[in-house]
Parts: sequence; structure tokens; C-alpha cells
Amino acid sequence: MPTAPQGESPLRSEHDIVLARQTVRKLTQELGFSLVDQTKMVTAASELARNAYTHGRGGTLCWQIVERDARRGLKLRFADEGPGIPNMDLALTDGWTSGNGLGMGLSGARRLVNDFEIDSKVGAGTRVTITRWK
Amino acid sequence: MERIPILRMGEFLLVTIQVDMHDQLALKLQDDLSHAIQKNATQGVLIDISTLEMVDSFIGRMVADISGIGRILGAETVLVGMQPAVAITLVELGLALPGVATALNVERGMALLRRKIDGAESNADSTTG
Repeated sequence: MPTAPQGESPLRSEHDIVLARQTVRKLTQELGFSLVDQTKMVTAASELARNAYTHGRGGTLCWQIVERDARRGLKLRFADEGPGIPNMDLALTDGWTSGNGLGMGLSGARRLVNDFEIDSKVGAGTRVTITRWK
Repeated sequence: MERIPILRMGEFLLVTIQVDMHDQLALKLQDDLSHAIQKNATQGVLIDISTLEMVDSFIGRMVADISGIGRILGAETVLVGMQPAVAITLVELGLALPGVATALNVERGMALLRRKIDGAESNADSTTG
């Protein structure tokens, strides 16, 4: 059983991105996710943690074990206080990048999870919430 | 400083990535490997990721870049040992790694490198002769 139903960790350095991946791996293992599902959630978390760090000037990862209709899942929220995303449709397009990446981070992460919500305000920051159910 | 070791294995270079790399470490590897290819006049590079539990877009791009840089420097790169769960996730993420040669394990990767290098040499012979 997970030691706690929720928690949070900072996304202030590249090392924090690695730690976020390890935290999500451990939580998905504790929830009994299949190896493929673990890998999808860890990869989505890595993309969003990097976004918060590189585009959002750092932020926080909040995680929560959730339950719905007798199913358990893992909910992750990536929050930053960065510049925000001016054009959401564009940001969610495959291959569009504001930096020097491949532009697959946001759109790719969305495909790897069951629920995906994004809320961004220019000048105030971005919050991405994802859930994957067992 | 922390770095991923690059081993000479006969005529090839072998890199085995065994740690969960942070981004700077991945970029350092790209740099180190480019220099090692030039210094050793290597024609083939094997990157073994059999112990990597995750490849995201950053690591995927690093691998694709190494493959492209290597080709310009005269070396073929083969990515070996990707776990099925990682492959499934990468494709769903949208990264099919076009242009990157892959093989199931190090042995098959070496065989593929030999074929690629022999093929390139016989092509060069036929055009010059």
C-alpha cells in the first residue's frame, strides 16, 4: 500500500525531473499498474515535469491516489508560475515547439494518459492535470 | 563530473546507458560520443538501452541527434535493446525515431553494423572503380 495518499515535490532543477520520474514509477508500481501503463505514466510525467522546469521557470508536482467506481488511479498536477501559453491549440499540436525540442511533449503526454486537463493564463502560469486509471 | 562511459569494442564504440539520465548528462554523452567517433575514426556505434525503463522526447531526440551527427562523421549508429514497454510508449508519444537503426540486442546490432559498413564500402568501391 502507498505510504500516503498524496504528496508533492518541487520541479526546480533537472535532478527534480529525474526524482519526479522515480516517484511516479514507485506510485504506479504500488497501485499495481502493468509495466506498459507504468512506463506511459512515467514518460508523461517526465515530459510535463520538463515543461514546468524549462518553459515554466520551475514549479511543483502534486500527486494523489484517486478512486472512482471502485477503480484506483494516479492523478498528477504540474503547476508552474511561468509565462503561460498564449495559444493553447497551437501548443497542443504535434510538432509545434516554442523552444528547441521536438514539440511532442504536451501533445504526446496527452496521448499517454486517460484524463488530461490544462489551464494556462498568460503571465500567471500553467497547470496540467493528468490521471491514469488502473 | 558524472558521465556515461564509452567503451571501444574492436572496431566499434559501445555505450551502455544504465542510469536514469538527467538532461545535461544526455547532452554530455552526445558531445563525448561525437569526439570519440572522430578520435577513433570509428565506423560504428552501438547504444545499448536495455536497462532504460523510460525514453522520453528529450532522450529520443538525443539518440536521433547522435545518429545524425555520427552519420556526418562517417559512423553508423545502432540503438539496441529497447524494452517492449518503452517502444510501445515511444510510438504512442509520437516518436517513431525515423532514421535511427535499431536491433534487438548487442549481437544483432553488431551484425547490422557490419552489414551497413560492408555495404557502404562495396558501394564506394563500385563508384570509384
